[in-house]
Amino acid sequence: MNSARIGRRTIIAGALATGAALPAMAQQGPIKIGMSMPLTGGLAAGGKSALIGIEVWRDDINEKGGLLGRKVELIVYDDKSSAAETPAIYSKLLDVDKVDLLFAPYATVPTAPIMPLVKQRDLLLMGNFSFQVNRTVKHDKWFNNAPWGPADSWARGFIDLGMKSGAKTMALIGADQEFAQNLMKIAKDVANEKGVKVVYEQSYPPATVEFSAMVRAIRAARADMVFVCSYPPDSVGLLRAINEIGIGDSVKLFGGGMVGLQFAAVMESMGSLLNGVVNYNSWLPEKSMEFAGTKEFFAKYQKRAVEAKVDPLGYYLAPFGYAMGQMVEQAANSAKSLDQKKMADFLRSNEMATIVGPIAFGPDGERKESATLMAQFRGVVDKNVEQFRNPGKQIILFPEKWKTGELVAPFDKARK
Amino acid sequence: MFSLELLLDAVVLGVMVGCFYAAVSIGLSISFGLLDVPNVAHPALLVLASYGAWLLGDFDIDPIVAGFIMMPAFFLLGVMLYRTYHETFEKRGSDAGVRGLAFFFGIAFIIEVVIIMRFGVDQRTVQAFYIGKSIEILEVRIPMRMVAAFVVAILLSLALTLYLSKTFLGRAIRAVAQDEAALRLMGANPVAIKQWAFGIATAVVALAGALLIIVQPVEPTLDRAYIGRTFCVVVMAGLGSMSGTLVAGIILGVAETIVLTMFGASWAPAISFTLLLLVLGIRPQGLFGR
Repeated sequence: MNSARIGRRTIIAGALATGAALPAMAQQGPIKIGMSMPLTGGLAAGGKSALIGIEVWRDDINEKGGLLGRKVELIVYDDKSSAAETPAIYSKLLDVDKVDLLFAPYATVPTAPIMPLVKQRDLLLMGNFSFQVNRTVKHDKWFNNAPWGPADSWARGFIDLGMKSGAKTMALIGADQEFAQNLMKIAKDVANEKGVKVVYEQSYPPATVEFSAMVRAIRAARADMVFVCSYPPDSVGLLRAINEIGIGDSVKLFGGGMVGLQFAAVMESMGSLLNGVVNYNSWLPEKSMEFAGTKEFFAKYQKRAVEAKVDPLGYYLAPFGYAMGQMVEQAANSAKSLDQKKMADFLRSNEMATIVGPIAFGPDGERKESATLMAQFRGVVDKNVEQFRNPGKQIILFPEKWKTGELVAPFDKARK
Repeated sequence: MFSLELLLDAVVLGVMVGCFYAAVSIGLSISFGLLDVPNVAHPALLVLASYGAWLLGDFDIDPIVAGFIMMPAFFLLGVMLYRTYHETFEKRGSDAGVRGLAFFFGIAFIIEVVIIMRFGVDQRTVQAFYIGKSIEILEVRIPMRMVAAFVVAILLSLALTLYLSKTFLGRAIRAVAQDEAALRLMGANPVAIKQWAFGIATAVVALAGALLIIVQPVEPTLDRAYIGRTFCVVVMAGLGSMSGTLVAGIILGVAETIVLTMFGASWAPAISFTLLLLVLGIRPQGLFGR
């Protein structure tokens, strides 16, 4: 299998890069961490970025003398962004490669099918930016590195911000796909709970070409806030149409769940069209988000990302890959072994310091408290990816503890 | 939610979107409509041309100008494609259509993979003075990129209609579509004419691809979204009718936009095939077919 060769090459490269670190490490076998990663297919851009984050952690820990005094090796297979590939890959990792620990692949789709396997074998699985995959499986050794927290955190953060600025009505639009639909449903429930009236609700098919008609209909509905659950091509189409047609002066807040606006390529191509949008994010280069090791991590990541032609900023996923390693490191050191039960107990009951801030888990293995950011794009200019490295381009409005500024509303004013 | 203003908006925008649909389908109207070549690689070629326009954008070349610049290269590509198809499938017999379908599917996949390997999976957009701005027509604000698509589509179908009816080669292309054997008896070489026509069909795709990236962001697998729409427009028009392609495109665009605005976006994709079934039920030869 070709991907197996790639995996071994990765190991060899990793071993060569870090193997000479400490002679003592060679006396014991390495700790093998196995995972699949979407390195081709639709999720590849995110998968490659996340993997670089994990590789930087591997090199850092090996430089420090390894995990429990043993060298760390990664065994990585390409899952081609496909849910069909991952069960076989994880069985192979366990039965043929005999890995010591498992990391999940990036994203919900490839992760969901391996949940029954890890539950059946009662294994520790570190999740990697998936959304609610443990909701029905209820595995007690699942720990997701994503900042989501409770499922309604995205909508709650957004709607709270809107209500603070006086919004009483909401329009909802989203792609006709599972993730976006879940998000829309949750947003509607939160709106109902908070007494916000939903005045427009629309799902659109994935191949929608032109969004002007939809933007007109939203404008006619005169909503105070617009919660959008879109995928990258639609996010671009919608923002363009808004720029051309105008969304109306009633809208105080626009954005929420727009996928794509976290990636350097999209941000660069959208440029000033982003201004005013309030959208979810995971980590941003704002003062409040600097923790021990953050700066050093990005220095290493960005050097590698340029060489690998991967997202040059890497804010969205890469530091969370590193944090996943940091959490495993703390759990193993506390358990003084790789005993997965002891490690899981530690992960469940302790707050851990990471480069993305302190992380504590709830009983379902998701964050105890949401750390999903709602940030507003401000002062973005066209054709310049470097601007996003500086603070001030995405002001954090939510959560309160990391807030770096106030919402500028209405939306039309914030666009100027 | 019904209002006359929204309906007027939807109709005006629908005409623009429809002209864009016509522009991206008109090449197929020649290759499939007139030449009977099952060119399912047409949308993939369209996306390839969009990437070409994006690449030329790095040299500050306007996307529409880039479309014109790419036309000769696409003409040659079309000639080569048809020649290969003819030599390997068409001249071997009656089941050429089905096997040809496999050939063009293969071409579409190759184009898709080449784009992914060369440019990655990220979506691409272009910059031009008319992108991101709007103008007011009949008190309706219309994106200028859609107006650009509208103007180019009208001019393109006009030019092709004139070419096919007024020039010697154009009439020869029509003749080969009507009766290949008769053309051969008159001493003309139908293969050479079809090759020329397929070249023109592919050259037109270069310009249409530039329009595609003007209208929406492009990513390598976008061609799949256009297979249904382009074939629907061509068949609905009546195979091989250029003005019919424009009218069919407009009907589809207006219907889709009205449904999207008034009844819900989820129904919009069903419109193309419902219209197609209706037209074929009432006029099996298509709106403008003979």
